[in-house]
Formats: sequence, C-alpha cells, structure tokens
Amino acid sequence: MELKEVTKTEGTMDIQDILKPENLVYQKTKLLTDTPMHYCPGCSHGVVHKILAELIDEMGIQERSIGVAPVGCAVFAYNYIDIDWQEAAHGRAPAVATGISRVNPDAFVFTYQGDGDLASIGAAEIMHACNRGENILVVFINNGIYGMTGGQMAPTTLEGMVTATTPYGRNTDLNGYPMRITNLIAQLPGTSYVTRQAVHTAGGVRKCKRALKKAIQNVLDKKGTSFVEVVSTCNSGWKMSPVASNKWMEENMIPYYPLGDMKDSVKGEHSEN
Amino acid sequence: MGEIKLMKGNEVLAEAAIRCGCDGYFGYPITPQSEVMETLMVREPWKETGMVVLQAESEVASINMVYGAAATGKKVMTSSSSPGISLMAEGISYLAGAELPCLLVNVQRGGPGLGTIQPSQADYFQAVKGGGHGDYKLIVLAPSSVQEMNDFVDLGFELAFKYRNPAMILADGAIGQMMEKVELADYKPRWTKEELVEKNGDWATTGKPASRKKNVITSLEMASNDMEVRNINLQAKYRKMEEEDVRYEAIQCDDAEFILVAFGTAARVCQKAVEVAREKGLKVGLLRPITLFPFPKKVIKELARKTAGFLSVEMSAGQMVEDIKLAVYDAGSNARVDHFGRMGGIIPTPTEVVEALEDKFSWELSYGVKRSY
Repeated sequence: MELKEVTKTEGTMDIQDILKPENLVYQKTKLLTDTPMHYCPGCSHGVVHKILAELIDEMGIQERSIGVAPVGCAVFAYNYIDIDWQEAAHGRAPAVATGISRVNPDAFVFTYQGDGDLASIGAAEIMHACNRGENILVVFINNGIYGMTGGQMAPTTLEGMVTATTPYGRNTDLNGYPMRITNLIAQLPGTSYVTRQAVHTAGGVRKCKRALKKAIQNVLDKKGTSFVEVVSTCNSGWKMSPVASNKWMEENMIPYYPLGDMKDSVKGEHSEN
Repeated sequence: MGEIKLMKGNEVLAEAAIRCGCDGYFGYPITPQSEVMETLMVREPWKETGMVVLQAESEVASINMVYGAAATGKKVMTSSSSPGISLMAEGISYLAGAELPCLLVNVQRGGPGLGTIQPSQADYFQAVKGGGHGDYKLIVLAPSSVQEMNDFVDLGFELAFKYRNPAMILADGAIGQMMEKVELADYKPRWTKEELVEKNGDWATTGKPASRKKNVITSLEMASNDMEVRNINLQAKYRKMEEEDVRYEAIQCDDAEFILVAFGTAARVCQKAVEVAREKGLKVGLLRPITLFPFPKKVIKELARKTAGFLSVEMSAGQMVEDIKLAVYDAGSNARVDHFGRMGGIIPTPTEVVEALEDKFSWELSYGVKRSY
C-alpha cells in the first residue's frame, strides 16, 4: 500500500486539513468489506483477515483468489473479504481446496482453518493435501480451544489448560498431549514453506504479513503447499481480557509453540527440522 | 452410429466421463467399482482432454474434492460402492444444501456393514430419500445395462446442471462388472473458461472480477427464516423434477393384470420373468423406473386403476415397495402391492420371480382378478 506523507504545516492543523485526501496515512484495504466483524474484541481473526485482504489486493490477485472458509468462528470469513469463497464442512477444507485447485490450476486457493478443524477432525485431509503438495495456502489459526462451540478442548490445548470439556485442566493420561501438528506438516515433502507466527504485537503483525506474502507467492509460483500457523488468542474461550490473553499466550502458548520458520524449501525435499 | 465396443459397466463409466467433457474425477478404491478409476488412470485423460483424475485419501476427501471443484462450475464426478457412499453422506448433504451440480455413482454391494462385494440394491432408501442429514433429494438414475451406464453419465450431468443438484447413478455390482456391447458417445469438448463463466459464472466461484459481486458457496444460514426459505426453494426444485424429468420404461403393461416393478439388474431378470409368465398364460407386465427420484408415481397411479396387483422385485428386503404403496394409496386404488427380494448379493432368477408372483397373488389367481374398478 502506498502511504502518503502527512503534509507538515506551520502552526496547528484544523480537522478539515487533517481529513484532506493528501493527508491520508492509512486506510482500510478495499478488499475488506464494510460488514461489521462478529469476532470478539482482541481476537486474532480480524488481524489475520486484514493481512490476507491487504496482500490479495497488493498482489493484484483478487480475480484469481478462491478462499475456503472453515467450520468454527471463521465460518463467516466470506462476509469480510471481497473474493469468491466456498464454505467447507468441518475439517474438509484441504480436500475442498484440492478439488478447486486441481481443476483450476491458475487459481490462488487457500484454506483458513482453526485447530479443531485442522488438527482434529480434519487431520487426515490436511496431512494428505500437504503430502500431495497441493498448490494451496493453508492458514492455521491455533488458539488451543474450540471457540465457536463454547470453548472445548482442542488437540492443541495445553496440558493443564481449563476448557469446557477439561474443567479440571487437560490431563494427558485422559486426553493425550497437545499436538504440534505444524511440526508434523513440515516433515512432509509436499510442503514448500512452513512457518509459525503470531499477531499479538505490531512487530508480529509485520512478520506475519511477510510470511503470508511469501506463502502466497509460493502458491502463485506453483511450489507446493505453504502452511502458515498463527498462534492466537481466544479471550472469550480463555475467559481473560484481550490484554491478559496476549500475556498468557506469550507466557504459555509460545514456549510450547515457538515462532519461526520450520521449512523453507521446495516441494519434494524433506525438512531438516 | 458411434463407436461400438464390448466393455464392462465400470469401464464404460470412465470412457463416458472422458467423452462427455468431464473436468475431473476424484475417487477412492472400493470393490466392485475400482475399475472406474483404474480405467481412467490407464487412459490418462489429462493428456487428451485435460480431465483431472485424482485418487483421494478417503471417500470423505473425494466427495469434498468434488464439492470444491463443482463449486467452480466444472463438470466433476466421483464413484464408489455402498460403504464408501455412507462415508460420503456428509459431503453429499453439503453438495445438495449448497446446490452444486455433480455426478455421483454408487455401484452397490450387499450390506449392512462391510456386507459383501456381490451386487445388491439395498441402498435405494439411502439414494432416493436423501441419505445424509437434512431435507434433500438427489436425482437418481438406475441403469439396467452397460449401454445405460454409458448414456446416464451425460444425462446425469445434464440434469445436475439443469437443477444445480447432485445426480446419482445407482447401479449395482452386476451392471458394473458385466460386459456388454455398448455404443459410445462422440467426444464433446470440455467447457472453455469463457463458456463456463457464461453458463455458471453468476453463481460459481470462478474468481471475482470487478464486474460482479463475490460468489459464496455455502449451505449455512444463521437466521431460521432464511434457512426455511432455502428449504422451501429446494422443495420447489424437487417438485419441478417430479413434473419434468420422470423417466421409466413400461413393458407389456397395457393388458397386464399384474405388474412387476423393478429397476437395474432386477429389471433385467423381470423382463425374462414377464416372458415366462406370459407363456404360462399370466398377463404380467413390467414397469422399470429409470429415475428413482423423481419416482414415476403418476404412471403407477394410472396402472393402479386397471391392475390387480404390483410385485416390487428388488435385491433388498423391500425398499422401493414403500414408494409403490404410497403411489397406489394416492390413487385410491385397491390394487395389492407386495414385494419379492433376495438379499446378501443374490440375484433372483426369472422362475423365482414368477413363483413368487403366483404365491403372493394366489388368491387373485384362484378366485379371479379383482379389478380395482
């Protein structure tokens, strides 16, 4: 996006000066619709939606873009980004994206999935789409909980973490262990770029945007599957304020799900990770 | 005359798909229909017509691949057999809910459970009553020959796109595995991107140009009122199918006192049974529904007014017989409706069918046919 410099003037600017188009320093990308988002205050979805909308606009690929919305809080992603969308059944987005991409090889196809969707009910679909090296982008929002259905345990729920179905904390004897599925994905030769990001700080947002841009470019260059995990908060599910959620995420989620690139390679090569 | 070949029913499905301009096939191996994907992989249609063929990791995935590709307005299909279709039920419900055209093939085997790999017709209810969750219908075509396996691929796509609804070819293991002479269709080119946008671009996710609003394929409505409107529209569409696209074949029904009703493999058996019965002096006809949904209710109602009885002959415990009973009831007729079937993968013989008719309608045969009016 082209940022315009604020005109510096002697003395004070009145409100009418500030509102002049030449003084514009930032504007909402036109690909984000004006539909009010239903997400809770502090939720990471809005930020990731904005980054995607900006990138699709900046990279000039609106006409080639087909998004696959998940079951979960982001089911209404199609109301917010002004591109063609398909809504997938729970967990099936990678198969849906495979179908779209195979018969439309020049399309930019991406899925947008949560941890319950991708790592639990859709574990088979994501593994096999990545293993085939489908030419798609997967955006994986990991907040360690099922948000929409009321805060139940997800495969990525941390040990001891309280959810609606682990009211005394996740017990690994009963529920197994929090799953680092992105690390598994990075092992698959079909993937080209696998990374884990977070958007709880301004720096994180910039880094995540860079990662998503690279991931999208990989898809446009037909390099195989690109996979971007975004470690996220769910303040209503976690029962914390947005600020406290960010702090809790930094102190608990990120040590278990460390940020950074796991694989930056080309399709067909195994990760060293 | 098109090219004539001796082919298996399953092989013909593959050949017909390539020739009718199909854009993609997504499947998972299961007996007795694995030859469909095997034939496609040998033919490598992506080199010839550009048709995509992909082996999915499961039936759950393959039906969702169909969903994704169908939503872009392309002609896509899958095939499977009974247990695989059960796995696809979720996806089929989504396809019907989102009103997406596609072609599904069920080469039925015996159930329930893992059942048997031998032919069966026990998925009738699953095919014609919906099969997955919610109020929906598929267009269901029942081939009784290898030739019809060929013809119904193109017809299935035609109907699917006419109504923006999934169409299903409900075959069985016998039709899939038998070899017969078949006249193949001429090649039809796949739709170009321009043709596709012209035909389906107002609803399909073809990529949003500046000139139109974004297209969203979904079956979700949060407001009950909106969801009811969606359902009302679906039901109106299903009624339109019942008005415009019922297909059946009536054989020697004009003077018949008893009508055998059968589809698919059972109809072939019944065609012979009609001959056997007629040789015995029994006035028997055969009604063969070709569309199982929309079901040929109207012709059954008409026949019910001049026939003593219907015998539904099915390779199941009796499923279509319920739809015949409903039609006869609607007609206000006294004609009696009964069922004869074999299960577990057994195909009845013509003699068995005639014996069953004589047994089940012994009263009418002993005391004279009681005309409804």
